[in-house]
Amino acid sequence: MRRLAFAAGALLLALTLSACMEVEQTVSEKQIGQTVKRDTAAWTNEPSANGPKWNKGDRGSWEEQIKKRQLAQHEDRRIYQ
Amino acid sequence: MARMKFLCDAERCIECNGCVTACKNENEVPWGVNRRRVVTINDGVIGAEKSISVACMHCSDAPCMAVCPVDCFYRTADGVVLHDKDLCIGCGYCFYACPFGAPQFPQAGAFGLRGKMDKCTFCAGGPEADGSDAEFKKYGRNRLSEGKLPACAEMCSTKALLGGDGDVVADIYRERVARRGNKGAEAWGWGSAYGQPPKGAGAAPGTAPAAPAPAGQKS
Repeated sequence: MRRLAFAAGALLLALTLSACMEVEQTVSEKQIGQTVKRDTAAWTNEPSANGPKWNKGDRGSWEEQIKKRQLAQHEDRRIYQ
Repeated sequence: MARMKFLCDAERCIECNGCVTACKNENEVPWGVNRRRVVTINDGVIGAEKSISVACMHCSDAPCMAVCPVDCFYRTADGVVLHDKDLCIGCGYCFYACPFGAPQFPQAGAFGLRGKMDKCTFCAGGPEADGSDAEFKKYGRNRLSEGKLPACAEMCSTKALLGGDGDVVADIYRERVARRGNKGAEAWGWGSAYGQPPKGAGAAPGTAPAAPAPAGQKS
């Protein structure tokens, strides 16, 4: 009787532990700033009729005109040179 | 390649709040949200009072981007840090991470319920179509797509607040500091936002790129 109870206990333990399956977990690093990908670049827009001018889609010409605008903040150069 | 940055000259800022007003007006920012504000230290102390205009600095290694649990931040091709309000859950982690207190949260209901985060966009709008009504309502005006600089910098009466490509604004500031005899060489927030100088370089944290010695003075 004791043998039977021991065997039944062992069987129950084996069955119980077999349910303890461990799902494999992996660490994947967050790719910062990669979730949003919908924005368009400023130079891909058509310049407005009355505003600053650049060639649509040409990053270089957009940067050139905005650099001129940035240098307008340099009043030392405007006044002294 | 332009990397858009802000630089505020504490020697020139007269605390007029023109930048704050320009930002509010240009972007129709709601009541209770201040994308830009003027901070004054040593208020009333003669000779020691300094003011500086503070907003999102569009950091090179932005801590808000790193902590956002839904990854709603992104960086544009010209270095502006923006976020997507459709993804933002208003958790406030970015507010705790930001060294400049830039993220703002509108009140969305009673009992301090927070809305989605709002911050300076460098007048570059957001992920919606450039110049659209949806973009304006969520993020404000997109001046960069119109070939213009942020309204706050362009409106600054003393040109204390400089906005634009990091190389260009640093050059302007460097020449300015040299002209006035190296006074106010500390570009406040510059080191925190755009990286510390290498150890042993001798420059204090937050110091702008070294200014050349004024004429007639040995460096």
